[in-house]
Amino acid sequence: MNSFNWQLDGWIILTAAVCAVACSLVGNFLVLRRMSMLGDAITHAVLPGLAVAFVVTESRSSFPMFVGAAVVGLCTAFFTEWIRTSGRVDEGASLGVVFTTLFALGLVLIVHWIDRVDLDANCVLYGSIELTPLETVQILSFHVPRAFLILSIVLGLNTLAIVCFYKELKLASFDSGLASSVGFSPAIIHYALMTLVAITAVASFESVGSVLVVAMMVVPPATAFLLTRRLSQMLIVSALIASLSGIFGHLSAIAIPSWFGFRSTSTAGMMAVTAGLLFMLAAMFAPRGGIVIRMWHQILLGLHILADDIVALLYRVEEKQARTESEAHWIREVLLCNRLAFMAVKRWLLLRGELSIEGNKLSLTEQGHLRAQNLVRSHRLWEQYLLDEVGLDPSRIHPQAEKMEHYTDKSLRQKLHQAIDNQEVDPHGSPIPVERSKIHKD
Amino acid sequence: MQSLDNETPAISDAPLCVQDLTVAYHRKPVLWDVGFEIPRGSLVGIIGPNGAGKSTLLKAIMGIVPLASGRVQIFGKPYRKSRESVGYVPQKESVDWDFPVTVLDVVTMGLYKKIGWCRPVGVKHRTLALQALESVGIADLANRQISELSGGQQQRTFLARALVQDANLYLMDEPFAAVDAATENAIISMLRTMKANGRTTLVIHHDLQTVPAYFDHVILLNMRVVADGPVEKVFNEDNLNKTYGGRLTLLDEVSEAMRRRERSL
Repeated sequence: MNSFNWQLDGWIILTAAVCAVACSLVGNFLVLRRMSMLGDAITHAVLPGLAVAFVVTESRSSFPMFVGAAVVGLCTAFFTEWIRTSGRVDEGASLGVVFTTLFALGLVLIVHWIDRVDLDANCVLYGSIELTPLETVQILSFHVPRAFLILSIVLGLNTLAIVCFYKELKLASFDSGLASSVGFSPAIIHYALMTLVAITAVASFESVGSVLVVAMMVVPPATAFLLTRRLSQMLIVSALIASLSGIFGHLSAIAIPSWFGFRSTSTAGMMAVTAGLLFMLAAMFAPRGGIVIRMWHQILLGLHILADDIVALLYRVEEKQARTESEAHWIREVLLCNRLAFMAVKRWLLLRGELSIEGNKLSLTEQGHLRAQNLVRSHRLWEQYLLDEVGLDPSRIHPQAEKMEHYTDKSLRQKLHQAIDNQEVDPHGSPIPVERSKIHKD
Repeated sequence: MQSLDNETPAISDAPLCVQDLTVAYHRKPVLWDVGFEIPRGSLVGIIGPNGAGKSTLLKAIMGIVPLASGRVQIFGKPYRKSRESVGYVPQKESVDWDFPVTVLDVVTMGLYKKIGWCRPVGVKHRTLALQALESVGIADLANRQISELSGGQQQRTFLARALVQDANLYLMDEPFAAVDAATENAIISMLRTMKANGRTTLVIHHDLQTVPAYFDHVILLNMRVVADGPVEKVFNEDNLNKTYGGRLTLLDEVSEAMRRRERSL
């Protein structure tokens, strides 16, 4: 990374991070309100605003452009809502109608005034964050990039608004019915939020382009949604993910292409890629519902069931044939299980003191007996219940009970026992063993 | 049509007085000339077939949907001025139960009006919310995310939120829908306690069998008020036939005709 320049790259990273955090903060509410694509719509729709502002003021000074864009941005939100409520189309369709129309109008205006307008539609779409440090303004004795200054103000505004109206935003996003019944008008809150989204989008896309605005409004909040359980945490985590995307986005834009002998690539692009990767990580490893975590739980559950089956088999053998020991490989053959899984579970049961081993013969310990007896009790209670109360065909009760026994706890067993009028024998004539509670060691 | 017989006075201090209320969606009327008055401290059931406008009636009372005509008074005042005395329990399905909030968060939402714009939720409010959760029997779930709740627990959460609102008039949209028997019992005993404390409750209800046991007043609604009054007087086969029977489809036909005409113009 020999091309890293603290002055230049430092400002780019700071600008990128500030922009990403500002977008992701308002984006949380878009994601939660299921209108994620509104940010996309606004960044595209502002084009006619820019064109008109330019023609009216005859200048490229940023303030009129900003106002023009923000006004059109807000109109997007307004028209979308209007088409949605008055026409019979859903949010997505009305959004599609509004922003494509406005974007096309903007293109037409720019083309029409092409000689006079020094506006590049590409610049709107892709932005140019790498150029932001070049245009600076002076604050006290510091030279600060203009984009950084504007985005910092926007970030401050967003943070302030969310802190001040946190509970109003939360209520209106969660339950607009209650919000309007208690007098927090969801319409006012909706348009206030849309104003923030429009301002943020307009301030950001100039430096990072509209694609990144959408990415930062949607991806970090969506990632945070997977990882958190409370809105406040979601806001903080999404801001964290956004700033990480900013930092690593720029660093990887410099570093990664050089490994392959190219020059640096687009920072904005790499930021979106970084955010996308973080989302994938979250989707795989999120504590709730992450794919890998779910697989891990599946494996654990499978092993747990195998352990149940082993102790229950030993118990039944003991009951029927009065043989307390069984050979390990015989058990494995009866249960038709994988050698590796069997070894692991056997080890685990030995460790827990539920099995004891002599040579290659396994037997239940006192602790193992307790587990097995309750399991077999569950099984036989279920069989009786399925036959008597559910009216299942006798040939179907065993496989069903075989599944249910693993998920049946003491209180469920008690209820089952009551439901079958305290019978003591299962449909196959085997006695239902009595409930056993924890062994008290002396 | 008892309420129309005794000509509701212009100003009544009843918990809820609805006069000539008409509501239309896209010009298609869904409620016609609805009028009734609810006595203080009563437990009132609203029954009627699907599409009868029951939920719309509650929303119209609270001004969530605009009125085409008519007016609503709550304790003798328009809704805007009596918000604090009204508690609303929306349908469970109206919210996203994957939203990242805890059970306690949802219950404190009932206090937002009292807390006021911009002010944060304090310890005092959380304590109140926790007490409400205790009284509906799910205090142990306070810190769970709402996505982990069962249907019955969701409904209890909503009821706890209504309790903290400490309102005098409650409007509940199908609190008994899709809940287990234990929750149903808990809800009805809670409603009875509220009634004993002088609170008035209006409940949209689906199960006709439990109406006589649960409510003391009933409103039979099918786009208009078929009958309203004490259960023993109006909850009879004749009125039920009028509410659920075919004769009212004529109203449906005319509103469909109005909509078609509107379109063809």
